[in-house]
Amino acid sequence: MNQSISNPKKQLEPGTNPLFNWLNRHAGLVFILPSVIIVLALSIFPLIISAYLSLSRLKFVQGGLEIKFVGFANFRKLLLGSERKHFRGDLGVLSIWQWLFVALVVALLIYLLSRYIRSQEFKIGGLIYRIVVFSILSWGSYYLMQNLSSDGRPGTVVVTLIYVFVGLFFQYFIGLSLALITTQKLPGRRFFRTIFLLPMMITPVGIGYTFRMLTDTSKGPFKPILRAFGLEEYSWVSDPWGARWAVVIGDVWQWTPFVFIILLAAIEGLPNELFEAAHVDGANRWQIFWNITMPQIIPVSATIILIRMIEAFKIIDLPNVLTFGGPGTATESLTLQSFFNWRTLDVGGSAAIGYMLMFISLFIATSYANLIYQKLRRF
Amino acid sequence: MFKSRGFDKPSVFSQLMSYLVLLFWSFVVLFPIYWVFTTSLKLPFQVDSGPYYIPFIDYKPSLESWKYILVDLRVDTLRPFYNTVVVSVVSSVLALIIGATAAYGLTRFQYRPRLSGIFLFIALVAIIMLGSSFGVPWYLMLIVGIVLFFFLLGPLMKRFPKALGNNDIAFWLISQRILPPIVVVIPIYVMFQQLKLLDTQAALIITYMAVNLPIVVWLLRDYFVNIPLELEESARVDGASPYRVFWSIVLPLAVPGLVATFLFVLVFAWNEYLLALFLSKANAQTMPLLVAAQNNTRGPQWWYMSVYILIMIIPVIILAILLERYISRGLLVGAVKG
Repeated sequence: MNQSISNPKKQLEPGTNPLFNWLNRHAGLVFILPSVIIVLALSIFPLIISAYLSLSRLKFVQGGLEIKFVGFANFRKLLLGSERKHFRGDLGVLSIWQWLFVALVVALLIYLLSRYIRSQEFKIGGLIYRIVVFSILSWGSYYLMQNLSSDGRPGTVVVTLIYVFVGLFFQYFIGLSLALITTQKLPGRRFFRTIFLLPMMITPVGIGYTFRMLTDTSKGPFKPILRAFGLEEYSWVSDPWGARWAVVIGDVWQWTPFVFIILLAAIEGLPNELFEAAHVDGANRWQIFWNITMPQIIPVSATIILIRMIEAFKIIDLPNVLTFGGPGTATESLTLQSFFNWRTLDVGGSAAIGYMLMFISLFIATSYANLIYQKLRRF
Repeated sequence: MFKSRGFDKPSVFSQLMSYLVLLFWSFVVLFPIYWVFTTSLKLPFQVDSGPYYIPFIDYKPSLESWKYILVDLRVDTLRPFYNTVVVSVVSSVLALIIGATAAYGLTRFQYRPRLSGIFLFIALVAIIMLGSSFGVPWYLMLIVGIVLFFFLLGPLMKRFPKALGNNDIAFWLISQRILPPIVVVIPIYVMFQQLKLLDTQAALIITYMAVNLPIVVWLLRDYFVNIPLELEESARVDGASPYRVFWSIVLPLAVPGLVATFLFVLVFAWNEYLLALFLSKANAQTMPLLVAAQNNTRGPQWWYMSVYILIMIIPVIILAILLERYISRGLLVGAVKG
């Protein structure tokens, strides 16, 4: 291999072949073009066509497709029409605690806004952007509470958000704790870290069935424990919140390793001198964690959270296999709802749900990236 | 890589607590896998008559289910397995090659795509789509579009020279990950239907490659940034073409990153469910579909299902154990620089 590098002119002979010359001069273009074309062909064009589909009603007729433009009818059906309860859930009346929660969120957002106004980086565009995002977030928290109130019922939007954020919360904290423990000087930690990696490799479909086996109250392994607590008759799958928790637990089980392994590598990559200096100064382990480890791994954490958030919005396999979206529609994620619509040949409705999912995840991901991620990366 | 902090020797008590936590989480991780394994060794009546935990002590294990799946249903099992292997390996290799070239290009060349050119492109695409939806033949529109593009490109670029940079391209490529596959899968389905590629391995390979491309670009870009330029420059002085430099110098130096990226992408393709659900039926069925299809009218047959799950996860678990050190390194590079 090295031979050919040190003596490459034998094969090259510039100037003899015009095609070869052209390729050499435009190497940059040749390197990047395949990726650009693939992304254009398989992401951007489908995205545009999907937008058109979401505005139309589509039928598979003999020998092809029949597309009829219907405007925003599909979206109207989702947001205001017959699919409303499915998509948005039932809206109940808030209890006093839930009002308190909404008030707390609004107060926090107003506080953040006032801090931004007084800060150095104040710009009028940034202010408008923040006001828009914060209003949507306030409304979102009110809406969430309406869904969660005693006479409300979460629709697929809120269910998806629950999967994303509850899952992310547990994944991050379990992953971080395990990473901190495993970086200690403990014999056998190599073994543990290999073990902890495994769930990430297992197909979500398999995990869905495995957890169905485990949560089976009549034949599952936890039957004696459940019996001891008198919960033998309790059925996960027929209780909406039980079923949702089962999905969240499956998701946490699978994706904690992802957080764990990156944080582990990040903590191990920190320079030893920092810790030695702190140790010499007499800092205890808790102080070392808060003042040295944590600030150093916050940038990495910000990225991990962004990645997991983006990926988690796409969840479908686990609820589909574990609960079939049931009981009723209690565990349906947006992707699953979209898939069910596709199966009943409501292609326009399916595309509309896909687009709603994209809008929601895009809004949350960009808000996070612009308002939080940038700050955390600068730590 | 696995250095530890010698000064920070934990006390006996905290060591004990740490081990307790680690053992607990090991149990959480391993028990489901263990349960699948023992269930695969059970007979139907042993599953139905309540939980038995330990083979040979609780119950007499049998290889009946394994025999049924691997011998009696040989063809029905092997075809999806073969499909999965072919689709995931080929798509991952392609994604790795194409993504690596893009990542290399983004770190070594200056791109200045003009905004005016991009807008021209978008406008022409919109015109073509609008025109064809009003009944003008699409090939006519396409020819007109291409001609217009090359005529207008030069003047427009001179008039409006504002351009984007490498980071914008990289962001654009990587941000494709935000796109939920459900949004794009229906047009892709229609596209493959028109190309008569539905339910073939080719359709899945092409789609998986496109889905995984952003991850490859994201992870490898930072690897290539850290490879010193001197080697490449001296090779260029000796007259090596950019392609040869890439192939013979840069790629060998980036092997750890390539291994990690490959494994990551491979696992994604291996476990992928949604796209396979749309794009394949019987012929190109992959393992996740086979596993998911096991829920039949007689209720789930856990003993067979366990065998299927194990067949699916054993190869990737072996790979993960062998390549564990690469994974964490490879992922971290992307996350730190991101």
